[in-house]
Amino acid sequence: MPPPRPYTLVAELSYRCPLHCPYCSNPAAITGERYRDELQTEHWTRVFAEARALGVLQLALTGGEPMVRRDLDELVAAARAAGLYSTLVTAGVHLTRERAAALKAAGLDHVQVSVQSPDPAENDLIAGTRSFDKKLAAARAARELGFPLTINCVLHRRNLDRIEEILALAEELDAQRLELANTQYYGWAVLNQDALMPTRAQLERGEAAVQRFRARVGPRINVLWVLPDLFEDLPKPCTGGWGRTTIVVAPNGEALPCHAASTIPGLEFPNVRDSPLDWIWHEADAFQRFRGTDWMQEPCRSCPLGRQEEDWGGCRCQALRLTGDAAATDPVCRFSPDHGTVLAAREAAPNRDFVYRTTRRPSRRRRPAGV
Amino acid sequence: MTRPRLADGARLQYDDVREEHLLLVPEGAVRLNATAAQVLELCDGRRTLDEIAASLSERYSGADVGDDVRELLGGMVEHGLVVDAAA
Repeated sequence: MPPPRPYTLVAELSYRCPLHCPYCSNPAAITGERYRDELQTEHWTRVFAEARALGVLQLALTGGEPMVRRDLDELVAAARAAGLYSTLVTAGVHLTRERAAALKAAGLDHVQVSVQSPDPAENDLIAGTRSFDKKLAAARAARELGFPLTINCVLHRRNLDRIEEILALAEELDAQRLELANTQYYGWAVLNQDALMPTRAQLERGEAAVQRFRARVGPRINVLWVLPDLFEDLPKPCTGGWGRTTIVVAPNGEALPCHAASTIPGLEFPNVRDSPLDWIWHEADAFQRFRGTDWMQEPCRSCPLGRQEEDWGGCRCQALRLTGDAAATDPVCRFSPDHGTVLAAREAAPNRDFVYRTTRRPSRRRRPAGV
Repeated sequence: MTRPRLADGARLQYDDVREEHLLLVPEGAVRLNATAAQVLELCDGRRTLDEIAASLSERYSGADVGDDVRELLGGMVEHGLVVDAAA
């Protein structure tokens, strides 16, 4: 059976970023040389057209911080010309009204601004740099220009108790969407797991607050609430299933089925500089390895709930990290023989300092300025 | 609902890969049949609902499409995809 048509292209334009969030989902390896040689404008322009021809409709312009790219207006125009619906996923610190107007003119469709906390000092502490006021200004500029606005707040132990304030802030900013995504433990979040892991009680209070808000506000603001995998008993499909909906292209041109897949040893990722996206989607081993259900081991193979084509075996990176085998059942699943590793991870150790995200080499790493 | 228009950021597009009409929205796409796409193309915030129904009726040899248009747009409003420009 041919694979389904992809729906989303995640274009990681650069791993450079003015923020240093300790839960960043970028690979921990961004401190090395691997990602420094970024794709050129003409590479991305070709990739956008190839993605549309494959069936992609949604384009996330992300990073790192996509606004560090000097050719961003050109890239947005290329996305619109290709027929993609483009979202700028930004920290907001560079999104002045003037820049937002230029992006609007180039054809940008949607703006997503991250907020680390509704409390200014806490926001700046988590982001590792002073940024709160600029984020709010960016969100307001986007709305004044008629962009639909998504506010994104990654949740964890340090900010979960402020969920009412986050909801109020999204309402005040006239956001159409609010993504409340609990930290998932990939990339930099693994290094900070003990400092970020929430308690079950925090998650329950948070979910109750979201439900009250939805009942009061209705469809005017669409609130997404995503539990951390580690607090679930059945796995979620990784990005809609491996090689089923999404293509991620890293700043250096490597194409991956999910943004964390580079941690899986033995996978060779094709580069968009060398191969057309159509070949990558249909033929490249990295996209076929865990596609469908043939690769599954027990207990997935004889899943008592028949969920093989619902969760597609869950997250490969999580299986690797917790069991040492990327082809194992995601241990989030209560039928996994390794589910105990997930139960143990919920017992968070006492709070600790953050390891801040950086693209600098380890020898030069220091606490970011401005905190 | 007097003068309907698409919500901020909603964009009509014909997907020539899947060969269907779509309303693209942040992080999503709503599949439309050809008639729904024609109605939404007329939702420019200037035409009234009655004018939209009349214009569509002309294309369908005078058939009374008023109720169908109202039902379609009612559903779109409920999902936040269409808003009233007069509001």
